Amino acid sequence: MTTAHRRRSYGVKGAPYAFLLPATLLFALFFALPIGYALWLSFRKVHVSGLGLGSGARREVWAGLGNYTAAFTDSELLDGALRVLGYGCIVVPVMLGLALLLALMLDADKVRLAPFTRLAIFLPYAIPGVVAALLWGFLYLPDVSPFYFVLEKLGLPQPDLLDGGPLYLALSNIAVWGGTGFNMIVIYTSLQAIPAEVYEAAKLDGATPTQIALRIKIPMVAPSLVLTFFFSIIATLQVFNEPTTLKPLTNSVSTTWSPLMKVYRDAFGTGDLYQAAAEAVIIAFATLVLSFGFLRAANRRNKQDASHEGAR
Amino acid sequence: MPNTKRRRLFVRGAAATLAATLGATALAACGSSDEDSAESGPVSLTYWTWTPGMDKVVDLWNKGEGKKDQITVTVKKQASGDTLVTKILTAHKAGKAPDLVQAEYQALPTLVSNDALADIGKNVGDAKSKFADGVWQQTTLGTDAVYAVPQDIGPMMFYYRADLFEKYGLTVPTTWEQFAATARALKEKAPDTDLTTFSANDSGLFAGLAQQAGAKWWTTSGDKWNVGINDAATKKVADFWGGLVKEGAIDNQPMYTPAWNKALNTGKQIAWVSAVWAPGTLTTAAPDTKGKWAMAPLPQWSADENVTGSWGGSSTAVTTDSEHKDAAARFAAWLNTDGDALNALAKESGIYPASTSAQLSGAFTTPPDYFSNQADFYTTAAKIAKTTAPSAWGPNVNVAYTTFKDAFGAAAKDKSDFSAALDKMQADTVADMKKQGFEVSE
Repeated sequence: MTTAHRRRSYGVKGAPYAFLLPATLLFALFFALPIGYALWLSFRKVHVSGLGLGSGARREVWAGLGNYTAAFTDSELLDGALRVLGYGCIVVPVMLGLALLLALMLDADKVRLAPFTRLAIFLPYAIPGVVAALLWGFLYLPDVSPFYFVLEKLGLPQPDLLDGGPLYLALSNIAVWGGTGFNMIVIYTSLQAIPAEVYEAAKLDGATPTQIALRIKIPMVAPSLVLTFFFSIIATLQVFNEPTTLKPLTNSVSTTWSPLMKVYRDAFGTGDLYQAAAEAVIIAFATLVLSFGFLRAANRRNKQDASHEGAR
Repeated sequence: MPNTKRRRLFVRGAAATLAATLGATALAACGSSDEDSAESGPVSLTYWTWTPGMDKVVDLWNKGEGKKDQITVTVKKQASGDTLVTKILTAHKAGKAPDLVQAEYQALPTLVSNDALADIGKNVGDAKSKFADGVWQQTTLGTDAVYAVPQDIGPMMFYYRADLFEKYGLTVPTTWEQFAATARALKEKAPDTDLTTFSANDSGLFAGLAQQAGAKWWTTSGDKWNVGINDAATKKVADFWGGLVKEGAIDNQPMYTPAWNKALNTGKQIAWVSAVWAPGTLTTAAPDTKGKWAMAPLPQWSADENVTGSWGGSSTAVTTDSEHKDAAARFAAWLNTDGDALNALAKESGIYPASTSAQLSGAFTTPPDYFSNQADFYTTAAKIAKTTAPSAWGPNVNVAYTTFKDAFGAAAKDKSDFSAALDKMQADTVADMKKQGFEVSE
């Protein structure tokens, strides 16, 4: 490096910081500050003196870990987490399995009407979640659903989809219907990126289309599968729209059905912002641990695979 | 929902979760009024309300009474019910609550307890004389202060399909015992048909039924609150409805769903325990059965009684953040006691006025369109309104109401013991009050 070069770079030394400033400012104002405030609120509570009527009867005081112990001892939060776990166990495998299957089918050699099919499968993703949940909700209600009408005419049993175990299926169905298309596109795109020579070589070796799919395509789109799985876990933990929209239609969905619904109820239903803040912090932390834990596990496996390949 | 959130980065997702709890704080900053602090000269007031057509009623004030005194009121349309209470409280925390707010009666103690409402006793003149005692008492919370002016009320009544009652040979029940017998008789004659449903998605209905039975959910003695949600009167109501649900005499599905609308519209459900505002709901829920319904007083717990509960109703209050409390209080009094204002409220917003003189004048001399077959609809309604039992609201009605929805929703679904659900409602409400530092005796 010459002196001339060095002098010039000295003049723009502050430039990176100047470029960083807007993003840092936005991050501080709209992420760090609210998160910090939520953390602060989660350690506070209201204290009332006397009957609590009139001015000065209500003070905000330090609560210590009180809101956190309340959140952990309240079985509703844990129950909600378990319900969401059950829901996730249906949604994630079914949605990703379907997405992979459809992507592989679309990627097969002789497909008719591929662009149309792709669009048709993707379309539900473009429908706002609340609208989708309402639409399905109406289809689940025996008295107004055309499905039940047909079942009744055929003399078949009519299950109550808004209760017990079937409720999980009903909720999962909405998520799968809406989300499969998006995941399929992600996987399909990475399938398209696989060089044609790979297939050519496989065919010359006498591999059948099924073998190509199982031995070549799926391993090569594994990073996309990890990515879609990661997104799906986060989305599942944050499930809110579907149960909230179905809630007025049935007695089976409580106001605390999912953990986020409980946060919402505590903040806006019962007006305890402090408790809601503590629960939001717990959920955020759990989401962080789960999703990054999964990413690290996935990365470690990839590295192991890579070193195995190298050893071979 | 999963699909839209999937596009988000994780950190954003987490931040959004946290920010959701803070969202209301941000609203406070946008929704409030900025006023000049001058006491004389033009005054402009902001009014948060969910009543449809309120802007037209306020125009009357701005062009008439208000113009003389240079008091201009601006309506900011809000969502109704519990969410508005939270919004007012959050705005108040930031010191930016609007001058005037609409508040349901059961929300008044919560708002007063947060020091959000001003005592307007000296500014509302002789307003007290315009209202029934039971209604007025809700705005004073039993103190010497006046925290709001009553606007509309929701005395409860019994609505039934007159034609189908005749078809099935049923008589209109005057006691709850007869009500249960009617439900059973109907089940025998038409097994697919229900008299009504027990719905757990509107706590106000159950609160009103308990009020009719004489329940006093919140009372005070000295510096202590007594919470009696599971008192004998409420237990009686809970067990009554729980029993009907358990034996299958009535339905257990929630109201206000497409299925419920259809049931009312096709005669699958032939009665509804509701309030004076029911014609509006029935018009949209069961349009095909217009003119076939009739209204009667609510069944009683004993034949010699004549009381009803209330379901809904709201008041106009002035906040402590207002810099023009006198002007705001004058508007609140005008809006709810002036003849022209009340006429406009009835015409533009379709409310049933709390003011006793307005209950039989103007819009209320003819029955609502949906009940054109019942000429004396509003005369009967006014008589029933006079029999409204006193209510007893406390500082965390929102908690009791939320617990009701979950506990009774589950009990109705499982057809299990309603009094266990009631105990849960009591326990959660007391626990919340204790957490806040209230002194509570049960």
